[in-house]
Amino acid sequence: MLGEDPASGGDAWRARVGVVLQSWRDHARWSPRRLLDQLGGFFEPYSTPERRRPYEVDRLLDVVGLTGHADRKIGTLSGGQRRRLDVAVGIIGRPELLFLDEPTAGFDPQARRDFHELVHRLSDLEGTSILLTTHDLGEAERLADRILILANGRIVADGSADELTRQVAGTAEVRWACGAERFVHPTDDVVPFVRRLFEQHGDELTDLEVRRASLEDTYLAMVQRFEAGDRTARQLAEVTR
Amino acid sequence: MNPQVHAIRLGLRRGWTEFVLSLRSPQDQGFYLFMAVITLGYLWANRNSEIEGSDLLVPTYALPSILGALLAFGVIIGPAYSLAMEREDGTLLRHKALPHGMTGYVTGQLLYHSLGLVPLLTVILLPSFLLFDDLMHRGAAGWLTLLWVLALGLLATLPLGMIIGSLVPSVQKVGTWGMLPVLAVTAISGIFVPIQALWGWVQGIAQVFPTYWIGLGMRSAFLPDAARSLEIGDSWRAGMTVLVLAAWAVFGLLMTPRVLRRMARRQSGSQVAAAKDAALQWVK
Repeated sequence: MLGEDPASGGDAWRARVGVVLQSWRDHARWSPRRLLDQLGGFFEPYSTPERRRPYEVDRLLDVVGLTGHADRKIGTLSGGQRRRLDVAVGIIGRPELLFLDEPTAGFDPQARRDFHELVHRLSDLEGTSILLTTHDLGEAERLADRILILANGRIVADGSADELTRQVAGTAEVRWACGAERFVHPTDDVVPFVRRLFEQHGDELTDLEVRRASLEDTYLAMVQRFEAGDRTARQLAEVTR
Repeated sequence: MNPQVHAIRLGLRRGWTEFVLSLRSPQDQGFYLFMAVITLGYLWANRNSEIEGSDLLVPTYALPSILGALLAFGVIIGPAYSLAMEREDGTLLRHKALPHGMTGYVTGQLLYHSLGLVPLLTVILLPSFLLFDDLMHRGAAGWLTLLWVLALGLLATLPLGMIIGSLVPSVQKVGTWGMLPVLAVTAISGIFVPIQALWGWVQGIAQVFPTYWIGLGMRSAFLPDAARSLEIGDSWRAGMTVLVLAAWAVFGLLMTPRVLRRMARRQSGSQVAAAKDAALQWVK
C-alpha cells in the first residue's frame, strides 16, 4: 500500500493515509471544530509546498456540511452528522489514500443520498483515491470506478460495474406482451433480439421493457457460482494484481 | 519541526483541553463534590475522637492519609478507566492512525490526570482548613513536603494506572483487575487505622506498595513531630519514602511504554466493534 507494508509503515507513511472506520463513540465532550483542530495538528510536520497538510478546518467543515454544527458537543450529533465528522477526520491530513469502511451502514435513504454526494465531492478533491467497502451493491455501482467482489476473503471479480455485468450471461431481461399474453426472455444481445421481436409481431406488440442486470444480480450470480465450487471459471478467475 | 516534539506539544494541548472540558462537565463536577462530601463527612463525624496512643484528633491524623489515598487511588483508577474506555470507543484507534498520534495521546493522558488532582485536592483541602483547627503543624516546610510527595507519588502511581488500563480485557473488568486490588492495598496502608495496629505480615505487604509511602509522606508534611511515635520505627523515614516511590516511578517509566506499544499494536477496528457489541451484552 503506497509502497509499504501497512504492518511496518512508519509515521511519515501514516501521514499519507486516511481511515474512516465504523462505530466511533469517542470525544463526546469535544466539538467538531476543536477535534479537527487537535487531530489535524499531527499532520503539520508533513506539509509540503505541493500538498499542504492539514486541511483548513473551516473549509473541511464546509465540505462535509457540518459548518452549522461546528461548536456543538460531538455527543449530541446525529448518526449521519457523526459519520460525516469521521470522514472529515479521515481526510484532514489530505491523504493520498482514504479508506471508508461501510460508511452508510444504518443510514436512512436521505442520509445515504447526502453521503453519496459527499463521496462525489471528495473524489473531486485533488489526488485522493478512495477505497470503500459496502454491502450495498447499488451504492458500489453509483460511486465506484472499479469494483472488487470478495467471497470468503478472496477476490472473485474485478472491474467496472459495466464490465462485471457483462461477465455474467443473460445480462438483460426483455419483457413484452402480445395482447393479453406476457413473455420474459433473458438475452445477451438485446438489440438484435428486439429487432426480431418487431419483425415477428409487428403491431401486435403492446408492451416492451428491457432491463439490464443490476450489479446486485451480477453479484448474486458470481457468489453462487463461487460457492457451487466453480472456482476455475474464466469470469471468476482470482485476481492477483 | 521535529514531529515527536510537535506531537508532545499537541498532547499537552489535548490534556489541557480535556481538563477544561472535564471541569465544565456536570458529571465530573458531581464526582468532585461527591468525594468532598464523603471525606468531609467522615472527618466531621469524627471531629472529637482522638487517635489511640496520642492526643491527636482524627481529622488531624486522617486528612493527610486520606489525601495520600485519594492521590494513589485516583491516579491509578482514573487513567485505568479512561484508557480502557478509550480503547473501546475508538479514541485510541484514531490516534493510532495519526503520525506520532500515540505519543500525543499518552502525553495528553498524563497531563490530564495530573491536572485532575488540582480540583480534587482543592475541594477537600479548602473546606477542611475552614472546618477544622490545627491541620498543618509544619508551616511552609510542610507545604513544600506536600509538593514533593505529590510529585513523586504521581510519578510512582500514574504509570500503574496506564498499565492496568492497557492490560484489562475490557472496561467492565477494570473493577475486578484494577479497583479491587487497589482498594485492598489502600485498606491496609494505614489510612484509617495507624499501620502499627495491623498484623506484622500485613504491614510487610503494605510497605511494598506506593500507597502507604505516599500516606506516610503526607503525614510527615502535616503532623507534629510527636506523631512519629505512631509510625513504624518511630520515624517518618523520608529517605526510604523517596527510595520506594522512585523505584516505582522507574518501574513505571520502563514498563509503561512497552505495555502501551503492545496494546496499541493490538488495537483494531474489529476490536472496537466487538467491544461495542460486548457492551450491549452485560450478562454473559
